[in-house]
Amino acid sequence: MNVMDTRATSAMLYLDGVHVSFDGFHAINNLSLALEPGEMRAIIGPNGAGKTTMMDIITGKTKPDEGTVLFDGTVDLTRLDETRIAELGIGRKFQKPTVFESQTVQDNLLLALNVDHSVRGTLFWRGSKAESERIDKVLETIRLTDARNRLAGSLSHGQKQWLEIGMLLAQDPKVLLVDEPVAGMTDVETHLTAELLKEINKNHTIMVVEHDMTFVRELGVKVTCLHEGTVLAEGSIDQVSSNERVVEVYLGR
Amino acid sequence: MPALAGPFEDSVAKFANDEFSDTEAAIGEVAASGNALASPIISALQDGRLSADPDSKKVFITQTDGKIVDATTGAAVDKLPDNAAAVRLNNRLRRTVEAALGGLTLLSPDPAKRLAAAQSVFKSHEENLLPTVESALAKESVKPIKQAFAEARAAIILFKPDASDSDKLDAVAVVKARGDQEALALLTGLGDQPPLVAKAAASAVSAIQSNLAMWSMVQNAWYGLSLGSVLLLAAIGLAITFGVMGVINMAHGEMVMIGAYTTFVVQEVIRTRYPALFDYSLLIAVPLAFLVAGFIGVLIERTIIRFLYGRPLETLLATWGLSLVLQQAVRTAFGPTNREVGNPSWMSGAFELGQITITYNRLWILCFTLAVFAILLAMLRYTALGLEMRAVTQNRRMAASMGIATSRVDALTFGLGSGIAGIAGVALSQIDNVSPNLGQSYIIDSFMVVVFGGVGNLWGTLVGAFTLGIANKFLEPVAGAVLGKIAILVLIILFIQKRPRGLFALKGRAVEA
Amino acid sequence: MTPHILTRSLDRAATAFILIVAAVGVLIPLSNLLLPQGSMFQVPTYLVALWGKYVCYAILALSIDLIWGYCGILSLGHGAFFALGGYAMGMYLMRQIGSRGVYGNPILPDFMVFLNWDKLPWYWYGFDKFAFAALMVLLVPGLLAFCFGWLAFRSRVTGVYLSIITQAMTYALLLAFFRNDFGFGGNNGLTDFKDILGFNVQAEGTRAALFLLSCLALIIGFLICRTIVTSKLGKVLIAVRDAESRTRFLGYRVESYKLFVFTLSACMAGVAGALYVPQVGIINPSEFAPANSIEAVIWVAVGGRGTLIGAALGAVVVNYAKTFFTSGPLAPYWLFMLGALFILVTLLLPKGIVGTFNSWWETSKATNGSPDADSAAREDGVGAPNPAE
Repeated sequence: MNVMDTRATSAMLYLDGVHVSFDGFHAINNLSLALEPGEMRAIIGPNGAGKTTMMDIITGKTKPDEGTVLFDGTVDLTRLDETRIAELGIGRKFQKPTVFESQTVQDNLLLALNVDHSVRGTLFWRGSKAESERIDKVLETIRLTDARNRLAGSLSHGQKQWLEIGMLLAQDPKVLLVDEPVAGMTDVETHLTAELLKEINKNHTIMVVEHDMTFVRELGVKVTCLHEGTVLAEGSIDQVSSNERVVEVYLGR
Repeated sequence: MPALAGPFEDSVAKFANDEFSDTEAAIGEVAASGNALASPIISALQDGRLSADPDSKKVFITQTDGKIVDATTGAAVDKLPDNAAAVRLNNRLRRTVEAALGGLTLLSPDPAKRLAAAQSVFKSHEENLLPTVESALAKESVKPIKQAFAEARAAIILFKPDASDSDKLDAVAVVKARGDQEALALLTGLGDQPPLVAKAAASAVSAIQSNLAMWSMVQNAWYGLSLGSVLLLAAIGLAITFGVMGVINMAHGEMVMIGAYTTFVVQEVIRTRYPALFDYSLLIAVPLAFLVAGFIGVLIERTIIRFLYGRPLETLLATWGLSLVLQQAVRTAFGPTNREVGNPSWMSGAFELGQITITYNRLWILCFTLAVFAILLAMLRYTALGLEMRAVTQNRRMAASMGIATSRVDALTFGLGSGIAGIAGVALSQIDNVSPNLGQSYIIDSFMVVVFGGVGNLWGTLVGAFTLGIANKFLEPVAGAVLGKIAILVLIILFIQKRPRGLFALKGRAVEA
Repeated sequence: MTPHILTRSLDRAATAFILIVAAVGVLIPLSNLLLPQGSMFQVPTYLVALWGKYVCYAILALSIDLIWGYCGILSLGHGAFFALGGYAMGMYLMRQIGSRGVYGNPILPDFMVFLNWDKLPWYWYGFDKFAFAALMVLLVPGLLAFCFGWLAFRSRVTGVYLSIITQAMTYALLLAFFRNDFGFGGNNGLTDFKDILGFNVQAEGTRAALFLLSCLALIIGFLICRTIVTSKLGKVLIAVRDAESRTRFLGYRVESYKLFVFTLSACMAGVAGALYVPQVGIINPSEFAPANSIEAVIWVAVGGRGTLIGAALGAVVVNYAKTFFTSGPLAPYWLFMLGALFILVTLLLPKGIVGTFNSWWETSKATNGSPDADSAAREDGVGAPNPAE
């Protein structure tokens, strides 16, 4: 990146004054948030706080009514579509695990690799040693090496969650948006996932939405609590969880 | 009574002179005589069936059945005298004959005939009918006919070279007030006129033209509303099954057809058993069609559709197959040809509104459609079933966990949609051919209406139906019926690209899921 | 490590399919031409034409399976592309009639003379050349599909909405081609063909050659489809079919993929139509009827979508049944059967004949403990189509 460039911010992801409403319902209300490069941020908040809608906005699925959404300080995300945003390097794991169920684990990762995504490129794709090595490595990371030839649809819920994280790894984006990665996982799996995310965070920026407070605590990162589409509190897990308002609307007494 | 050696006999005798001028005089005198034989004589003259014996000056009519009668008495005659010859006419006389016939009916005791005669005089504006028209005008008591006579008189005066300017100006005003296509034709064909009259006529022409343009808009709008009501009627059931339940029912058109055949069966029974009830046949058919089609709908939902929820494309194929089966079943039961469904008396006929004609059946269908729409809307809003339907639509799992029997609601909703299609069939049987293919012709249009209006929104369906109906009828005069329809289809295809979820689309995360 | 794209596409079933089609393509014409008439093994000429028709339908079915089975695009208007290809060929055949028409006009086809037209409309230019007509067979359906798809896919018109507007598209074309002033023979369409490339279309030799060519086209079409579905592109298509928006978030331009297969599929349908017309001897607007397109979809469903072989098989089986039943005493019941077929296949046999067979084969292999079989079947990319498409 040029030193003289006109970066508006140093943040990797920068949201300012974002509004979205659906038929009069304000899903996102003057939301402002900045994610620094290399940071991992946990987002918490009650249902309907706008967490998933915020991810929809960042990934181009929903267009905000007003507000600024910048990637890497320069790129206006509100004007790009999902494909372009994914190509820029923003990867997303969905709340409900969405993997390609009728294809094998290996093919799921193959599809996620950030190689030529054009029609021509995929039609004449031949595969390479580098690619298969990368797939092997990801399989190892997400502990699915033995299941590589199984159909993704036949995996357990937790395995699907991991496969989706694996797809994110294969995609190798600059920013990972991870929506409820440990929902439906056992305690052991939850712990392993936290370790995995920390590992990934070494060279990726991550935003993770999660309800599981034990998990968030284990991540040990800065926490943002959303409520009614706006930021209610921000800080360390201890600061946030002692905040009166957060306790009132989310954690409960 | 035979002692009629009066003026009428003298007049008739002139036909025997074989002189065009005498013949012309005879036509005028006979026509003005008011004699009952005047009309047969002049008709016979027109057809070359009037013969005259130059020696006895007797005139005979050869009737259309070949019998011969004496023209003055009407008494039967065995055969024509040997030297009798047909009375000759030339082109000028033929026109006189036509005008005279027109004049004769001006005095007819039958009001419909008088009106028709007045209209024809308005067009022919034959000068020598002026006295007849004026006397008819004076005698006439029926208002619209009196009006027609006044217009006929005005037309004659306008073409009368020696009429005064002020008379002509009055006449222009009368014709202008008439304001239709024929008034326009009359005024534009006036020829040389005094400057004052010409000016008045010109301004009357432009006034009539703009008036007519306005009425043609009204006419198109009416046709559009009428088509829109038919589209709405056909689409409204679909708006429930597709819009509310998300089920693509390609057999929807067949539900309409079943409704139409129910009407046919009801009318057959009434015709053979209780002919006096015929006017009530539709009132009986509406609830029956709702029940029959609704029952079949519930049956379809229970046996086929419920296994296919969440698989819209498969539902589409299965219901298409169903439509084939239903069509063929009706074809087997009732035959492949059109069946006759009659209009009850209160739905027959038409009335004039300004320059346009409104038929009662179209008007009733429009009212009926709006009534069905209103009832449906109220039902969805205020009844328990409506509440449950909306709940299931918005969140099936939540509704189920709150104790709503979702599968019962599904079946009833589908039955409701089908039943309304059946009702639509009753109405459509009044304006369309009742054949096994009836439903086919509506299915694509209905889908277009629902998709255009926006799925899941009944108001959208209403607006969609009337928009498409009116757009279609305004395009038709410009592009022709077929091209107009193609244009509409292309426009909708383009529109869906622009707004994939229709005019009144729902927004938000739930829609995407 | 990964084999060449062409060899990769040929597994055992695909090879067998190609060999069978090739054998049929050669043996039927040979038996028709070489064996004496009345011999037990001689295939009569009318049957050659009939089976030629089936083969064309099989190509159409392949084209539908490519987009529906693998990419989840249910087109209810593929008959339109088929018919457009057919009209392009029909126009060539009309121009070949020359002065042998009823009115003997060397340039204008009879129906134009009948309508008192004094010159050929511009869009009929060039159709006297076979090469031009052949190009149009690909280009016209391809272009229409490209424009239509470009608009539809870019605006993310999917699922049943797309199905309905494809149906509206073919309906609009149906209305248009019925018009006399549209310049394609109106109601009657194009017929009374004489020659194709100088050979009499009615001659046995020509019919045999057309049959062989149809089989060849089926093989080529099959190979193209196989190549696509076994490439990484095929995996992307299945990904689009099963989870379109997920595919977008991985950085694939979904609309480009859809547009590519949709256009290719339309071209294939066009070729099928072009081969169909000289064999049946007529093309008229009824080919645009929405019912035809939907019927073609059911062939694919019967054979098994997402299997290619199944699509071709389904086309032949359903059409054979149609010929069999509609020509016998059961004719009035054919529509009942066809309707029931739609319902039963979607309810009871959602994978179709070949798909069901594949699953059965897989499970029986798996219980016999051969680990190789299921991975081979998966290479097909068949799997169970996602119910929430």
